[in-house]
Amino acid sequence: MNAVVEFVNVLASKPDAVSGYKSFTLGSFTFCRDEYFAHVSWTTRSGKPMSHTLDAGNFLRALMRDVAWGFFYGWVNFDAVIGTVNRYESVDLYAGSYNGTMKEAEIDLLENFPTAQIRATFEQMLDDWTNEGFDPFAAPQETGSAHGRKRGNNTAKVTRARELAKRCVGLKGDLAMRSDTSGAPINRAFADVPQEAPELHPEPGFENDVHAFNLFAFLSRSQVTWNPSFTSVVKYSFMCPTTEEHILPIIHGNDRVEWFFQMCDEIHWDCGDKNTGKPLARVIMKAGDMAAMPAYCRHQGFSPKRSMLLVWENGSPTLAYEIQNGKSPEIPVQF
Amino acid sequence: MTAPKYHTKFGSLAHFEKGGVQSITDDVKHYAFSNCFDIASRARPFEKIVFGQNQIYVLETIRAEGNSPWYTCAHDEFALCMDGEVEIHLIQLDADQQVRDQTKNGAVLVIGEPRGQPMGWMKIRRGHQAMLPRNSAYQFRAAQPAVLIQQTCKGELSIERWADICQTA
Ligand SMILES: [Fe+2]
Repeated sequence: MNAVVEFVNVLASKPDAVSGYKSFTLGSFTFCRDEYFAHVSWTTRSGKPMSHTLDAGNFLRALMRDVAWGFFYGWVNFDAVIGTVNRYESVDLYAGSYNGTMKEAEIDLLENFPTAQIRATFEQMLDDWTNEGFDPFAAPQETGSAHGRKRGNNTAKVTRARELAKRCVGLKGDLAMRSDTSGAPINRAFADVPQEAPELHPEPGFENDVHAFNLFAFLSRSQVTWNPSFTSVVKYSFMCPTTEEHILPIIHGNDRVEWFFQMCDEIHWDCGDKNTGKPLARVIMKAGDMAAMPAYCRHQGFSPKRSMLLVWENGSPTLAYEIQNGKSPEIPVQF
Repeated sequence: MTAPKYHTKFGSLAHFEKGGVQSITDDVKHYAFSNCFDIASRARPFEKIVFGQNQIYVLETIRAEGNSPWYTCAHDEFALCMDGEVEIHLIQLDADQQVRDQTKNGAVLVIGEPRGQPMGWMKIRRGHQAMLPRNSAYQFRAAQPAVLIQQTCKGELSIERWADICQTA
């Protein structure tokens, strides 16, 4: 059931007298946090109170991605219970609606919000609940704890802009290469990645056309995990490489086929049914491996060492609707 | 205390390890699982083997070995080197040799010798990604076998042999 909620301003409480954190209300959902947990509560359609609890650090890591990616493509499951679906002008927020058991028990709730409203609420929640010293984009070994009572904030780290090349990284006027001076030192796990630039021999006047860059060096200097950038663009074909370490903080259910090309090291993926979460497959990816994620699945990756993953997306604005209408298949290829 | 030392594991034609799909209840073919080094090790030079596709868009694995033909394309393309060393030579192609239908997807062979102003060349190694600007002519040159991943649209030179390259069971 999709209830449409009228636009309202962000509804935030005063800071809690003990924990120091504000609570937020979005439609029929309430979000509050304490020293260890984020608590989500709602009322079921039959009028019963229902609630869900997540570790505060995991919740903030998921919230960070949802906010930074503008609700991404399709489903951003924070865990097996709560998440969002991007409807591109609006966003569904749900609890239990894509959990087979909870859906069947009819204790789920899904409400639709104007994108601006849920974005503003999530941004304020992320900022209020993230303490100094905790960076939700960093690998767990590279940041402090999310736990405890409210202490300071980390606004700079939770408002990073997404790095999106329009044509190709390193071209004049496009996304710049990363360097020590741009605040992007080489990550400890990529200290052995060669940094030399490609040899370029342009004829005079072709300096911006004869162009190549060291993608692996670019990625070795990523300060974040599980956060794709755009590095090259062909029409709506986006190369979205990213550096991955530990667990993808969300379970992504795409509304289109998406492809993964593992460029070094390895990631293990759990794939499940998009609507129920029922397990479907494990996908073990090593350097050079390519795999598609069918549009009917949700997936979550586990990267034992920081690794380079090329996420390859078709960003066509009509694709999700073509899949819904059966005009584009849910599986990548028939053979 | 010293910081732990990490070893970044890349693959190559000479040495690669494949993972795979471990099915629970699903059809493994739906994941179109392959490996670029495996594909390139069994390919002829400069076959453009599609190993990722999404509507009109593809990623192709190319075994670069020797000199390729000259190609041109009406849209930008990109080549990422995954193993070895490849030179890319570029010519600003005369208008009459460019792709006539500028909405055409994918690379085509240049008919005859490419004519136009030389734009220069570049040499890419593992991890380097090169732009192949629209309406230029380009040629790959590799003294030793190398592996390229090309970001492009599916075209008349794209080869599909999914059953040969993908895990099927
Ligand atoms: Fe995904």
